[in-house]
Amino acid sequence: MKQSLFESRHQPEWQRFSQLLEQLERRQAKAEDCLSFPQDYRRLCQHLALAQERGYSSYLIDPLQQLALRGHQQLYRQRTPMSAKVLGFVLAGFPRLVREQWRFVLAAGLLFFGSLLGFGLLVYLFPDLVYSLISPEQVGAMQSMYDPDSSRLGRDAARASSEDWVMFGYYIMNNIGIAFQTFASGLLFGLGSVFFLFFNGLMIGAIAGHLTQIGSGQTFWSFVIGHGAFELTAIALAGAAGLQLGWALIAPGRLPRGEALLQASRKSVQLVCGVMLFLLIAAFIEAYWSSLTWPAPWIKYLVGAALWALVALYLIFAGRTAHAPE
Amino acid sequence: MSFAPPTLLASALDFFLNQASHQLPMLETTAPPRKAPLHPPLDTRYQVETPEGIDLPLRPAGLMSRAMAFAIDLGFRGAILGVLFVALAFLGKLGMGLGSLLLFLISWWYMVLFEVLNQGRSPGKMLMGLRVVQDDGTPIGWGPSLTRNLLRFADMLPFGYFLGAISCLQHPTFKRLGDLAAGTLVIYRERTLERPALPEAEPKRAPFALKLDEQRAILGFAERQSQLSAERIEELAAILAQPLQVPITQAKAELNGIARGFLGPT
Repeated sequence: MKQSLFESRHQPEWQRFSQLLEQLERRQAKAEDCLSFPQDYRRLCQHLALAQERGYSSYLIDPLQQLALRGHQQLYRQRTPMSAKVLGFVLAGFPRLVREQWRFVLAAGLLFFGSLLGFGLLVYLFPDLVYSLISPEQVGAMQSMYDPDSSRLGRDAARASSEDWVMFGYYIMNNIGIAFQTFASGLLFGLGSVFFLFFNGLMIGAIAGHLTQIGSGQTFWSFVIGHGAFELTAIALAGAAGLQLGWALIAPGRLPRGEALLQASRKSVQLVCGVMLFLLIAAFIEAYWSSLTWPAPWIKYLVGAALWALVALYLIFAGRTAHAPE
Repeated sequence: MSFAPPTLLASALDFFLNQASHQLPMLETTAPPRKAPLHPPLDTRYQVETPEGIDLPLRPAGLMSRAMAFAIDLGFRGAILGVLFVALAFLGKLGMGLGSLLLFLISWWYMVLFEVLNQGRSPGKMLMGLRVVQDDGTPIGWGPSLTRNLLRFADMLPFGYFLGAISCLQHPTFKRLGDLAAGTLVIYRERTLERPALPEAEPKRAPFALKLDEQRAILGFAERQSQLSAERIEELAAILAQPLQVPITQAKAELNGIARGFLGPT
């Protein structure tokens, strides 16, 4: 068949298909118009193959190729109902994923909490050590922040309750930023994640040890215990996600490194979504609960312990049953 | 009908094909050659095979155009933040809280939201004619987009996109580290082609059988005539004057006629 005949015979079909594509791309297509879309698309593919095989002109083949590409993108895109997916992820998917990746979670947890507790203890026993990590001015700022005499707590001692909202925004920006860095730098063979986990552990440990040692322990611990459950766990999980990326590059198993990285990144980005959720909760608690001064310290410790237990129970037990909500 | 000696014919045709295909860089990849002696052209196209068994060519975008797109996006984000901060400054404390939330949203979610909701195009990519797709040519989803944009941080290490640029320069489809991990690809958007009219000529049959890519070369020669200089047209046509057994001055008309013949009656 000559090119012109082929073209004049099928041109109307192609035009109809391209109009439908335009509607689909603008998300205005009606459902009844799309019933024949898969057939039309496959027919177009057949025409394209024929045109190529018969050596028709590029000016015929290229537009057909563009139509086929657009059709491909409409037909094979992933559509999942977002709300059902999010709910399923929060209720079951995330804790399952954390348990599935327990090796990385354990490694990241040991690195982070190990350096935190270890260095905290060291600073408590040998107070001068804190200055090897943090400059004296910063230590001074920390001390005034958690001064037992101040009326409100947090990163700014003199702040009023209208500033809770400011701090909420600040915590989200700061903490999620740190979590993202911890995750992303894991791509460098896991080294970045190891560094950030270790470094953040040292910093927090140093501050905790120092403040406890100089006698601000009560204000400090009652402040951090509540949101710490979510915040510290989230940093450790972000590190675990980063380590997973790095490990895929170090030990890809029987896959090529690129493929191993792809598979690892699919899992780890889900982990990071969970981390973001945790950090949002943490920022909320930090801004609106931890900064309050009226609850007696024992109430704060009690609530803090309950929150830690909640996080642990959630990560260990949620989504274990076979009929977990999907 | 007399034939030109086969060796002469073959070599002339080959030469014409080579010459013509330098002018027509897309010719022989769109039609898979059957017994083609040609080297595959040096281009960056990336073929995706669909379940229907056809190859869709994607054109990955290189470092420079991607860097430009990023610079435009950076400027755009800076402008948004500048305007918002001025506006929020009037709101006092509430404005400060909102401001840091917005700073977070814009620095980490700007790209993701645009890529997923706007067919893989942030404003910078739109201006540069780029879009992000997944490796199989399908539109990018939330997971891959989030991955590639979070890992941007690793690309920026140790300073100014150093690792990203190195990865981009050495990869056949110009992927930075984030693209490698997310399985995504930045490609040029397809533009609609303006179809040229074939020069007027009496339809003719070729005096000998032509292979597929030779047919396409002759068709391409006729279709692209408006883009070539008169001297170049003469020069190209002259290559085939001898096998076609016409004087050099008539070679162009002869080839146009053959091209008309291939196209068939309109």
